[in-house]
Amino acid sequence: MTYLAKPKLHHPSLQPNQLGFTRRDYEGAISTLCAGCGHDSISAALIQACYQLDLPPHRIAKLSGIGCSSKTPTYFLGASHGFNSVHGRMPSVLTGANLANRDLIYLGVSGDGDSASIGLGQFAHLMRRGVNMTYIVENNGVYGLTKGQFSATSDRGSKSKKGAINADEAIDMAALALQLGATFVARSFSGDKTQLVPLIEAALSHQGTAFIDCISPCVAFNNHVGSTKSFDYVREHNEAVNFLDVITPRAEITTEYDEGAVQEVTQHDGSVLRLRKLAGDYDVNDRIAAMRFLAEHHAQGEIVTGLLFVDPEPEDLHVHIKTVPTPLKELNETALCPGSAALAKLNASLR
Amino acid sequence: MSPISATNDFVIKFANVNGSGSASANQLFGKSIIRMGVPVAPRNIFPSNIQGLPTWYEIRVSEAGYLGARAGVDFMVAMNPQTWTQDVASILPGGYLFYDSSKPMPKSKFREDINVIGVPLTEMCNREYTDARQRQLFKNIIYVGALSALLDIEVEVLETLIGEQFKGKDKLIQPNIHALHMGRDYALNNLKCPIGLRVRRANAVGDRISIEGNAAAGLGAVYGGATVCAWYPITPSTSLAEAFTKYCTKFRVDPETGENKFAIVQAEDELASIGMVIGAAWNGSRAFTATSGPGISLMQEFLGLAYFAEVPAVIFDVQRTGPSTGMPTRSQQCDVLSCAYASHGDTKHVLLFPEDPHECFTMGAQSFDLADRLQTPIFVLLDLDIGMNERLCAPLEWDDSRLYDRGKIMTYEALEAGKDFGRYLDVDGDGIPYRTYPGTHPKRGSFFTRGSSKDRYAKYTEEATAYKDNMDRLLRKFETAKGLVPRPIETKAKVATRIGALYYGSTSPAMREAAELLAADGMPIDIMRVRGFPFHQDVVDFINAHDEVFIVEQNRDAQLRTLVVNECSIDPARLVPVLHYDGTPITATFISEGIAMRLNPPVQQRLKEAVA
Repeated sequence: MTYLAKPKLHHPSLQPNQLGFTRRDYEGAISTLCAGCGHDSISAALIQACYQLDLPPHRIAKLSGIGCSSKTPTYFLGASHGFNSVHGRMPSVLTGANLANRDLIYLGVSGDGDSASIGLGQFAHLMRRGVNMTYIVENNGVYGLTKGQFSATSDRGSKSKKGAINADEAIDMAALALQLGATFVARSFSGDKTQLVPLIEAALSHQGTAFIDCISPCVAFNNHVGSTKSFDYVREHNEAVNFLDVITPRAEITTEYDEGAVQEVTQHDGSVLRLRKLAGDYDVNDRIAAMRFLAEHHAQGEIVTGLLFVDPEPEDLHVHIKTVPTPLKELNETALCPGSAALAKLNASLR
Repeated sequence: MSPISATNDFVIKFANVNGSGSASANQLFGKSIIRMGVPVAPRNIFPSNIQGLPTWYEIRVSEAGYLGARAGVDFMVAMNPQTWTQDVASILPGGYLFYDSSKPMPKSKFREDINVIGVPLTEMCNREYTDARQRQLFKNIIYVGALSALLDIEVEVLETLIGEQFKGKDKLIQPNIHALHMGRDYALNNLKCPIGLRVRRANAVGDRISIEGNAAAGLGAVYGGATVCAWYPITPSTSLAEAFTKYCTKFRVDPETGENKFAIVQAEDELASIGMVIGAAWNGSRAFTATSGPGISLMQEFLGLAYFAEVPAVIFDVQRTGPSTGMPTRSQQCDVLSCAYASHGDTKHVLLFPEDPHECFTMGAQSFDLADRLQTPIFVLLDLDIGMNERLCAPLEWDDSRLYDRGKIMTYEALEAGKDFGRYLDVDGDGIPYRTYPGTHPKRGSFFTRGSSKDRYAKYTEEATAYKDNMDRLLRKFETAKGLVPRPIETKAKVATRIGALYYGSTSPAMREAAELLAADGMPIDIMRVRGFPFHQDVVDFINAHDEVFIVEQNRDAQLRTLVVNECSIDPARLVPVLHYDGTPITATFISEGIAMRLNPPVQQRLKEAVA
């Protein structure tokens, strides 16, 4: 971490986006994480994605649980409301927030301890319900704040900094999200910003539950030889299935690609996800094939990254429970209170 | 032993098998007495089971209006062979036993000192019906018919009620009325009618209504403007969330679009329930959960977050017998302390104690104003006795000019005007800061909500003075709450007395009756009903104004007494506990005997004390 704050004045050459905000307007407080932490790269990617998507910062709500990853919402989007809740319970708090106001953009930031161990249940049930949000797990396979214990996403056979070998099977969060009904599932790597930024943009544009499992090496406790979540190991075993360009509804499509090499998915909000295929005939709309692909490549020791699955017409929780389009928090006495006449009738029926 | 003779003042108990369809027949019976202008207090006594185990329905008939439970049974409708022995044993000497006499019973199964009334119910049903389910269901209506003759209940009232019950399913009306008359005619033709126990038309019900506390609380949440309900099924609170669902479906669905002005989520557990409530309330909705003791235990961590981060939340806790799973279908007031001091660290929470369904409604609605005003969790402590039983209470009222108090909200306009916003800044000196809803203003008013320590501007800090400053402000806020929660209500004895008793919640009707019993025995007492925590100064004044103060509770450890001693710095010796905690509802005689014993110790005890 650094103690030197950036000057408040923006450099005149900083380009404003369509809303007149520069990239600096999407930043937060100075990070207190370790120098070189993968999580800081993800924060930077989030800033970049929100800036490029022209999102009004105050219309984003960022929520997290507890842990290194859950600290990061302080370090981006300083003009957004944030909620650092309790360990493993971001999903329920975010679900409640989403029920209250369906008009905000919801970003949940969590870690592998937060979402795969203590919060696995809440993670699963949020996916099942289809809460409209972007859920990022900053996955380093280790407990950082308590100094280096294995987490539930540590691979079997991976070595800890102190030399212990993990004997427990790893939880694959992306595979779980696919099984549980998430309508957008991706995996990426904090060390690959060119892959990560468009994935975050696509996830934020997605009108359902978008899940990104982002491998994010812990430089302090899980970046040594023998770890399967180190920068070197992930770079070596990274098997990207596609490369994504996100074309917002307003942007003009300019680049041309050979037919067959590209898959285009138009999302509900009009954004186009243009996927350059890297792995043969990978079909990003086929949930079951995605699950099979993940399992096969996992068996070969490969880390599959890219956009793994997207449902272009997702249904979210509000559709399921048929709420009115007006955010519930906006409804007043007239809309909510049946009044004394209705009560008098009810009284009469109870005599 | 002469038969008990009483008019409009007796206890009748139905022993049934659960799942046999007896509940609606028993309710019909109870309601017919209310329609004759005589108050009744029905109570379900049921197992944690769906079908096959014993269940009882006890009705206290009391023209005088005593709605608390009363020990002893005057009339037993013994329909369950499994519990026959204990049911027969529970009848008071001179009382009545009503049973199905289709099969002969050995004399040893009865008692000499009770009056036995046999009606061949099974035989009558088998003769009349061929369908097995019909035989079972109509048997219940047949015994209601027989009881109407024995107890002199107006048959027209029962006929009207059957008509109301099956309105819309009209073809069921006649068969039920037929079954009713089968039983009634049998009794009139074969038994001495009426017996010593009788119902006589009176005018003692007034405009009161009968409703379960859970239903009234759910309705209170509708009127109070709750839009988000997140819950996990648990006895005895489930019917509260279900009532909210029912009333929302009735009142809050847009007639044109069919869209809902509410969101109800059955969560995966109680942790998720309270998490959703906190998330929704943080984002500006009024939100609640309904649970019972085990759920409160599970919610502890989140409750500390809501206290410390100052997020509103409403928790309806319908208390049941603990600890652990305890007796899920039995009543207690045993979560007072686990709610008052929920979570780790220094915490204190606001509690409300409704006495009946009427207050479940009013306090239910009020709790949302309090939560928003105080920006903290509010606990509404019902218990199974008022939550799951229909109780006669004052009609529900609503003032249409009433506006929701959303508390201190910093608006877009205030932020735009450049007003200083510190999320944890005590601007008004009452300990309550201002908050902003997420998404209010593009440049101002955003803040970070966290369970870790922060300064007045919501910035993370581990600085000692900032932490202490915040903790002290939370105490000031709790002090403010004293003036906002419902005040205690004192009922003075007719003559001056130096003896007092404190009580709360469902103990209310038994306590009022006990005070009358004691007064009649020459021991008048002043009573004070505590309705909220933090305690009002009135509670301290009441204790100081009496030489001997009893505190009547339905738990083993005198939890409210602990709270009073602790929070009001009262000498523990000044508060004498009277505690009922076997899972059954407290009775007036239990209280009056407990108090009388202390005021007037038996001779032996007095001798012992003199020797000592």
